Amino acid sequence: MAAAATTTRPAVPLLKDELDIVIPTIRNLDFLEQWRPFFQAYHLIIVQDGDPSKTIKVPEGFDYELYNRNDINRILGPKASCISFKDSACRCFGYMVSKKKYVYTIDDDCFVAKDPSGKEINALEQHIRNLLSPSTPFFFNTLYDPYRDGADFVRGYPFSLREGVPTAVSHGLWLNIPDYDAPTQLVKPLERNTRFVDAIMTIPKGTLFPMCGMNLGFNRELIGPAMYFGLMGDGQPIGRYDDMWAGWCSKVICDHLGLGVKTGLPYIWHSKASNPFVNLKKEYKGIYWQEELIPFFQSATLPKECTTVQKCYIELAKQVKAKLGKVDEYFIKLADAMVTWIEAWDELNPPPGGKSTELPNGAAATK
Amino acid sequence: MALEHIDDSEVDIVIAALQSDLTSFLNAWRPLFSRFHLIIVQDPDLKGELKIPQGFDHRVYTKSDIDQVIGPTTSIVFSGYSCRYFGYLVSRKKYIISVDDDCLPAKDNDGNLTNAVSQHLANLTTPATPFFFNTLYDPFREGADFVRGYPFSLRSGVDCALSCGLWLNLADYDAPTQALKPEHRNLHYVDAVMTVPAGTLMPISGINIAFNRALVGPALFPGLKLTGEGKLRWETIEDIWCGMCVKVICDHLSIGVKTGLPYVFRSDKGNPIESLKKEWEGVKKMEEIIPFFQSVRLPRTATTAEDCLLEMAKSVKDRLGGTDPLFARAAEAMVEWVKIWKAAGASHSTPGV
Repeated sequence: MAAAATTTRPAVPLLKDELDIVIPTIRNLDFLEQWRPFFQAYHLIIVQDGDPSKTIKVPEGFDYELYNRNDINRILGPKASCISFKDSACRCFGYMVSKKKYVYTIDDDCFVAKDPSGKEINALEQHIRNLLSPSTPFFFNTLYDPYRDGADFVRGYPFSLREGVPTAVSHGLWLNIPDYDAPTQLVKPLERNTRFVDAIMTIPKGTLFPMCGMNLGFNRELIGPAMYFGLMGDGQPIGRYDDMWAGWCSKVICDHLGLGVKTGLPYIWHSKASNPFVNLKKEYKGIYWQEELIPFFQSATLPKECTTVQKCYIELAKQVKAKLGKVDEYFIKLADAMVTWIEAWDELNPPPGGKSTELPNGAAATK
Repeated sequence: MALEHIDDSEVDIVIAALQSDLTSFLNAWRPLFSRFHLIIVQDPDLKGELKIPQGFDHRVYTKSDIDQVIGPTTSIVFSGYSCRYFGYLVSRKKYIISVDDDCLPAKDNDGNLTNAVSQHLANLTTPATPFFFNTLYDPFREGADFVRGYPFSLRSGVDCALSCGLWLNLADYDAPTQALKPEHRNLHYVDAVMTVPAGTLMPISGINIAFNRALVGPALFPGLKLTGEGKLRWETIEDIWCGMCVKVICDHLSIGVKTGLPYVFRSDKGNPIESLKKEWEGVKKMEEIIPFFQSVRLPRTATTAEDCLLEMAKSVKDRLGGTDPLFARAAEAMVEWVKIWKAAGASHSTPGV
């Protein structure tokens, strides 16, 4: 297992018993071979989308549990309707069944990137570093993450805000194929992201951003129930807005609960550009709906009685139904699915010391 | 880059001279500064004549120029770093770039000298995007764009009023921070420019800054003078105070503030431990200032930078003036400044967008 890189840095805890890696896939997981030095110590939750009769080949030596659609239906029963089919949004099922404090999710076309010195980047270690150090959402530090080695708070940064708040989300970036929408891909098919920006920063309170699910870590205990990736794919009018939806909901909730969201390092190498015409079909409605969604999220407020993520999320679902239902009845369906998601989450994750509901058997297979 | 469509005659470079001999400073900047007009303002506390190398189109302003233009004023003190604001006042250019006289051009990660001037101008002449955060930072930079999920209606952005650069070597830390880590130097060149989101406050350092004078000129002013203010940046917070006002005003007028590139190389200077006593006042004052700036709101009727500044001054007087004469004086200085700005015919002020 790769250890901390330089001698001046304190070692980053592995958290190998506290973190699950969730990977949605419809193909073989050969990409894991390259990640082996960084991932092998961790438990993987593989969510197999598409045809459940297909066998997903996982490289030897990884400890994993795998769920296909049959498993999802069996475990959730009628509530399985909230989990997307034929879309990587199904990955959030993995978040729900995980029993760990932290989740890292990565797409199966993402590989190990190199920093400008040519050294391979241990993305997972950086996410852990991000999640274990505070965020600073109330005041922007011009030297970016002040807790990083070699950085600090700048002159004028109030001392009372220097403790920061717990970090709920660590949003990583991508070299090579950038995460562009279909219109941009069509206009710039050859553009590659070659700029390595050596920074992590907290996204300020009150500011929204497009959260990409390709390289994402989060503290499941702090924000897990808000990481619902919505209704996408088969039978749905929209795709490629799953992570966006989760990002907007979770940011509003993080802002309300005083939690932080970081973005920046680590980079992974995104190897596959999806077909822009296919993407355009999926995104098309989203591009229009987005114009209504953004003002909705920008002005969403949660009452102070909402003190848990679940309460916040249910309240948000109510507001989605009330205010976005008139944009399209998809949002009425989505609002209901959001509630179903929370119900399913609470069933699978009863509070410690709460009612002793037998947990459905989650593990479909191990090595 | 952007310099193609900006005339050199649209730019002034304003330097506050806190040291007499500007030879090595200006020679280091010569390749980048020599095509522009320089406004050099001598710290009124600095005696003697400035030493300026040949080959620069420049004009020096001294204490007597300041006294002549400003006249008697009790609330504004132009000493130290604040003397640069006089330069902003007398300039008639659209863009102003200002760096401290202990800063030199910086090198990027490949060891190439960077062009802070062209970077600042590029920042100011491409739109800012304060209403939604782009995770690939400035979407108008070469090789970047808006990411998936960025609303299309927000992609044209707004005018950028302020470009806040950064510092390698001696970063802009306060005295306690630098005193705790005396050997610490900033070696991190972060290759990014980004818009500071609307509604978000930040400490705007005056060490390496550029702005669109037509948009926000009068909003950069000498206001908050600490009792023990000194000649080292970590003995002041005048730029921080001014910067908070400017950010609130920019947010109100829906114009943008960018931060990040360019870097300058800031030379080692001063002893933070010795400065600690002086600077402590500034650190304490920040605690009172932040809640005020986070909650201050400007009326919709304020549509120019001058109007906004006057409204800010009212709020400062009402909400902070009673707690500390320092703030009462700052409020007076802000009002005084707008009068001076108008009297000097300094403005072709553009109403906010």
